[in-house]
Amino acid sequence: MYVYDEFDREFLAERVAEFRDQVARRLEGTLTEDEFKPLRLMNGVYLQLHAYMLRVAIPYGTLNSDQLRRLAHVARTYDRGYGHFTTRQNIQFNWIRLEDLPDAMAALAEVGVHGIQTSGNCIRNVTTDQWAGATPEEFDDPRIWAEILRQYSTLHPEFTYLPRKFKIAITAAPKDRAATKVHDVGLRLHRNEAGELGFEVLVGGGLGRTPFVGKLVRPFLPVQHLLSYIEAIMRVYNQYGRRDNIYKARIKILVHEIGAEEFSRAVEAEWESIRDGALHLTPEMIAEIRARFLYPAFEAAQDQPAELVEALGDERFATWYANAVHRHKVSGYAIVTVSLKPIGAPPGDATADQMEVVAALADDYGFREIRVGHEQNLCLPNVAQKDLPALWRRLDAAGLATPNVNHISDIIACPGLDYCALANARAIPVAQEIAKRFSDLDRSRGIGRLHVNISGCINACGHHHVGHIGILGVEKNGQEFYQITLGGRADEKAQLGTLLGPAVSYEQVPGLIEDVVDTYMELRAGPHELFIDTVARLGVEPFKERVYAAH
Amino acid sequence: MASPLQQKLKVHGPVAVTANRLTDGAVVWRTRHEDWSVDLADAAVVTTADEAIALLAGAQKRDVDAVGAYVAPVELGADGEVRPGNLRERIRVAGPTFELPH
Repeated sequence: MYVYDEFDREFLAERVAEFRDQVARRLEGTLTEDEFKPLRLMNGVYLQLHAYMLRVAIPYGTLNSDQLRRLAHVARTYDRGYGHFTTRQNIQFNWIRLEDLPDAMAALAEVGVHGIQTSGNCIRNVTTDQWAGATPEEFDDPRIWAEILRQYSTLHPEFTYLPRKFKIAITAAPKDRAATKVHDVGLRLHRNEAGELGFEVLVGGGLGRTPFVGKLVRPFLPVQHLLSYIEAIMRVYNQYGRRDNIYKARIKILVHEIGAEEFSRAVEAEWESIRDGALHLTPEMIAEIRARFLYPAFEAAQDQPAELVEALGDERFATWYANAVHRHKVSGYAIVTVSLKPIGAPPGDATADQMEVVAALADDYGFREIRVGHEQNLCLPNVAQKDLPALWRRLDAAGLATPNVNHISDIIACPGLDYCALANARAIPVAQEIAKRFSDLDRSRGIGRLHVNISGCINACGHHHVGHIGILGVEKNGQEFYQITLGGRADEKAQLGTLLGPAVSYEQVPGLIEDVVDTYMELRAGPHELFIDTVARLGVEPFKERVYAAH
Repeated sequence: MASPLQQKLKVHGPVAVTANRLTDGAVVWRTRHEDWSVDLADAAVVTTADEAIALLAGAQKRDVDAVGAYVAPVELGADGEVRPGNLRERIRVAGPTFELPH
């Protein structure tokens, strides 16, 4: 866990006081909506279909139990008793009153949580692997570098009014759980042949109206140059990025239009002038940030302790264990994914009660630490294996032990037209209906890893382009229609899905998805060939022929 | 004053002016009495672009009661009941189309 210092705490308290004054002036009419809107957006406050929405950042997806409890308190006191975890390691409260927002923000600030950098044309909340610090795969804890970027980017005057929003994601493991290749900047931490730590730098990835996989601009950037190189990228973007057309203002458009080579050349030229200046990270600076991350005092323990082995005789526990428990870097410990996708529930939503259960479990079994993943699930990154049976029983009692992680009912969905002012079509009810079709967990286990991502509009908050099955809601003559893509993926082999065929109606979507899955089950080379690999081998045509013949 | 975009408004059928209440974001409708109501039944319903533009202009004169005013389609039942004219407005009136977590 990162520990906030006095500067962080004072800054947040001052920010809340400032926002309280802005809200008061808005309510009395001395600030117009045009004046107030950019101010509220800088604090993560949107106005949606039915109410204000507060988006709260969870930097690099890390929360402690007190912070999660405070999120539950805000949900219960100022909202309708639940929150929605998003694809960018944020949480959104959908029903909050403007006049209550300063008090809610004050409550959050007391535990170091806020909505800054969750909106506006700034560098947004830096995201990373929810298994950071726990997975044996990683070269370093990516949160160290995310925190360095957070401190650098928060309220940076040069980057507060960028042409558009700017999203950075970091992975330090070869398996990319942070979707780095579809971010404005994707950073992959690794070691070169000399054993030095550095970043592979990709720029210009993104989804939305014009999706791109990020382009490689530098294969190895020594870590001490992280800030100067990012600054060089931002300066090139700030100088050449378009401001005349909101749809062409993201850095991906600039990189696409001038080419990765020319973009890289411009960045390198800019970087040469600043690389050894004030932004050069000294070992002391890095050590200071690193020292603020406190790691659990793990006890010496063996894998597969007797308590776990005995519990594995229980089929329900064994099923959950096989699905939700992952290898930890320390023997005797495990990483646990907590599914926020109970069959038929809105994906990514958690009630205040459920948040408190997870907070209590983190206290009792997880060194007080919780993570949020971009797949809209939670994670307890440090659980002793001997405690897994007790943990499971309590998760199960709270409806949080559905063994469907990475299965077809583990659906990513944006809020869609049920909440969002930008959406054209609903996403959550589509996800619910698909999940119900595959509620037989034996069947979904037989299907294997399959990611369904749903967005309610072209802005792609549900990452539909990179779903193994992607579903995009569009509006035609006042009706909801859905375009289906196959073969997208968000991992280290990221690619965009291919359109299956004509859009289908809201009612047709669940049946069509079932036909796609049935086709896969018939065509796959064997039980070990994943859906995504079958699509890669055969293309979408065999699916198109079968599916559209049936509809 | 209505934006140039709104002045080019095309109206095909009954419409009303809607917005979100400043204090809590609740959906509100412009009434014939030049105030706002949370009840769609109180909405002023007009059928021409000129009437809609005038209604919208009145709604935008003062932005401390409601924000983001726009013209939305409505339907009129045989009994004169005013109903939302599309899915978006149905959701704004009735809330999300699924059971909320509890």
